[in-house]
Amino acid sequence: MEASISIYIHIPFCMSKCLYCDFNSFSGLDNLIESYFYALEKEIIYYSFAAKGKNVKTVFIGGGTPSYVDARYMSSTLNHLKDNFKINKDAEISIESNPGTLDRIKLGEYVNAGFNRLSIGLQSTHEHLLETLGRKHRTEDFLKSVNTARQEGLQNNNVDLIFGIPGQTLSQWEDTIKYIIALNIEHISCYSLKIEKGTPFYEALGKKAIVAVSDEIDREMYHMAVKMLCENGYEHYEISNFAREGSRCMHNIAYWKCEEYIGMGAGAHSFYNNKRFNNVNNVREYILRMEKDKSPPVENILNIDFEESMSEYMIMGLRKADGISEKSFKKRFDVALFSVYEDEINKLLKKGFLQKTDKGFKLSYSGLDLANKVFIEFI
Amino acid sequence: MRNERHDRIRNFCIIAHIDHGKSTLADRLLEITGSLTSREKTEQILDNMDLERERGITIKAQAVKMVYKEGQDEYVLNLIDTPGHVDFNYEVSRSLAACEGAVLVVDAAQGIEAQTLANVYLALEHDLEIIPVINKIDLPGARPDYVKKEIEDIIGLDASRAPLISAKTGTNTEQVLKSIVENIPAPSGDIGAPLKALVFDSFYDSYRGVIVYVRIKEGKVQIGETIKMMNTGKKFVVTELGTMCPGGLIQARELLAGEVGYIAASIKNVKDARVGDTVTLFDNPAEKPLPGYKKANPMVFCGIYPADGAKYPDLRDALEKLQLNDAALSFEPETSAALGFGFRCGFLGLLHMEIIQERIEREYDLDLVTTAPSVIYKIMKAGGEMINVDNPTNMPCAAEIEKMEEPVVRASIMAPADYVGNIMDLAQERRGIFKDMEYIEEDRVNINYELPLNEIVYDFFDALKSRTKGYASFDYEFLGYQASNLVKLDIMLNGEIVDALSFIVHSDKAYARGRRMAEKLKETIPRQQFEIPIQACIGSKIIARETVRAYRKDVLSKCYGGDITRKKKLLEKQKEGKKRMRQVGSVEVPQEAFMSVLKLDT
Repeated sequence: MEASISIYIHIPFCMSKCLYCDFNSFSGLDNLIESYFYALEKEIIYYSFAAKGKNVKTVFIGGGTPSYVDARYMSSTLNHLKDNFKINKDAEISIESNPGTLDRIKLGEYVNAGFNRLSIGLQSTHEHLLETLGRKHRTEDFLKSVNTARQEGLQNNNVDLIFGIPGQTLSQWEDTIKYIIALNIEHISCYSLKIEKGTPFYEALGKKAIVAVSDEIDREMYHMAVKMLCENGYEHYEISNFAREGSRCMHNIAYWKCEEYIGMGAGAHSFYNNKRFNNVNNVREYILRMEKDKSPPVENILNIDFEESMSEYMIMGLRKADGISEKSFKKRFDVALFSVYEDEINKLLKKGFLQKTDKGFKLSYSGLDLANKVFIEFI
Repeated sequence: MRNERHDRIRNFCIIAHIDHGKSTLADRLLEITGSLTSREKTEQILDNMDLERERGITIKAQAVKMVYKEGQDEYVLNLIDTPGHVDFNYEVSRSLAACEGAVLVVDAAQGIEAQTLANVYLALEHDLEIIPVINKIDLPGARPDYVKKEIEDIIGLDASRAPLISAKTGTNTEQVLKSIVENIPAPSGDIGAPLKALVFDSFYDSYRGVIVYVRIKEGKVQIGETIKMMNTGKKFVVTELGTMCPGGLIQARELLAGEVGYIAASIKNVKDARVGDTVTLFDNPAEKPLPGYKKANPMVFCGIYPADGAKYPDLRDALEKLQLNDAALSFEPETSAALGFGFRCGFLGLLHMEIIQERIEREYDLDLVTTAPSVIYKIMKAGGEMINVDNPTNMPCAAEIEKMEEPVVRASIMAPADYVGNIMDLAQERRGIFKDMEYIEEDRVNINYELPLNEIVYDFFDALKSRTKGYASFDYEFLGYQASNLVKLDIMLNGEIVDALSFIVHSDKAYARGRRMAEKLKETIPRQQFEIPIQACIGSKIIARETVRAYRKDVLSKCYGGDITRKKKLLEKQKEGKKRMRQVGSVEVPQEAFMSVLKLDT
């Protein structure tokens, strides 16, 4: 079987930057949008030669806010991909969006272009928490977006939620989950808010203008979500991800299985030919260099050797609820899992962070809270 | 008997506050006299160590010779640089004793600073001719007339002819050289008298042994002669001598009275050629050594351990090598239940301690864990036996102690009068006894206190700086021992005493200190799999308790797009942090915890 790859395309534009966001995204660069997509087309062509003959099984257009820019950019980008790559018939093709930026015309155009999965950054259903986060949409925007998307034919959608927002109570979080379950959204990601250096949140925390939610409350929120979603028919298939049967996100699964993907656009990351690398973050520089060199402005090229690729396989794979299968490990590396990580696995089993499965090992229930303690053993 | 070379020699040093431009001026003088190539100009020549350049202080004395032509006449100018901190006051005084004059550099915008004054007074005590120079006149805020008046009012020097220079741009710097030649007296000293040479620095060279920097006060010395160190009594045969130039050492046949130079004599250990000692000839010795020699007495002690226990031999090597150049550093092996094998090290003072630690970490690439600094306590045991204790671990239990004594210093603090209140509060908190206060000028005072040394070895200097916005200067000298009511404070983690965290403290302050330590440890010890009680205790009495709760969460929930390297970096950092933890009983203690408890006054 010919191995398939995944493609990620980064759209760094936003209406406004959220207060907790440390991704490569910017507001106020609208004058660069046109030339950015022109540069993207060149990058697509570049990789169509570099990755000739590869089948594409997932495409994910993320950001930033891809739905912020005019829909024609999305359709032309996707068309360009289709013209230059062999995209599988059943490929998962996702686009990320924010509620305030969607309307019927846009959604219709996405469907026409071939997108079959919409990911919506809702984060919370409480207006004051959305305000705390610095998000510009309202809950009713979201409801409208979901309904319109479904009417236009998008039936496999995701909603991103954040818990542990300063000021958020357990019951507010419960409300949000109930709301999403009632809407019967196919896929839900629940992320614990992490206050990253360099964000307005980090500064506010330093000045004690906001108070971080305690680890105890954060975990109560997490386990509440796991319990409610599982009781309502969702599979908890990765630390932060939940899906109805058949709706797991194939694109993210490719990351967790350490499969190959090519990232295009400013700051996009790739894993290809046993190398990890990324494009420069700076949007202007990306455009200029793409124009000048006709090849992507790549930096931080890391060769992933045999040892390291086993280590990555463990730390990424153990994020999945299914964990690591001894058979797949043996198949991929031609060496037995136990012969490589016997000490580490035994230590973690003893601590109770790992547990045995029919096929191999996975994080235990307490291991879900302390996954990093497990992962560092494999670093 | 004099030599005509004499009249053409000037030996001088430069006194300046940090940042007032000492190194820049020195470089400029070297450049004007053609002692530097332009490639060498990019670096400040005198501050040789990275550490010195970064901290803006001079740790070791340096000396350099330059030749200055004025008309037909050629002058030999020897610049002897001095260390700039109270810990090295003795070394400063020896450097000054090697000079006839000093260039006092004052920043045209900032004026005289407190720290400068102490050194000016020291120079005046040595009868040095002081040449004031006003630097940084190119700065927009420069006010040379005001600064001139300040020099006249505060120090009582005539500043009317002080050169107004900018060492940075080179403006008027040649005037400094002219002024040195005109105003600083040529050295005196009888070439025919028996040799007397003052050692003002020494360093170890792996080929030639210890290189001794000397100022010949009387007589002369030649290659092949047998010399004798008058204070240590050691004898050596001179294998090489000469002068110090910016590019390196230049050999000569002899050194005469008035000159500054170096002597190599296959000396194996810097301890045999201590700063301040007098070199004489074995066959024709001087009657008396030069005055002012002092033996280095370590005042502050702490345990130094390798972060990685396997690096113990490397640490020993590093200490041995540093000791080759630093006779004031002492060390002996010790073991700690918490930290394993390490060394008990003695230092002149806190800065000396920090410098040694930093040099080990940088120059020998070793991660260290250090214990709280201690002083030497004298303890009379119940039977009448006296013991010295420089490590809290060795303190006998309370029942065995008849009485205890601790070292006391006379501290003088110089600062603007506005800060007198703050300084007195601080000294009071540190059990200081006020002695006297004098106004050295209208708005500047010198306050004298008697302070227990153990109160200043922690963070006194930091606290003083923060309470006087950095304006206070601080100096101390050892007074003696006095009886004191001291107790040993222990810290228990999860019920076990951590020996490396124990320290000796005055009983009145034990409660407050124990409480602060427990709080601070709570901040630095990360959550672990189980709850950890932190207790401070004196004997079996618990005086403070805090709890580190068990960890609940350590997981990255976000995807970061496909940026797996970022995730891995976070994990790698965490793993690195874990490696730097010390396993103390069942508890993992980060190395910072051992250091952070030293700075409780913030």
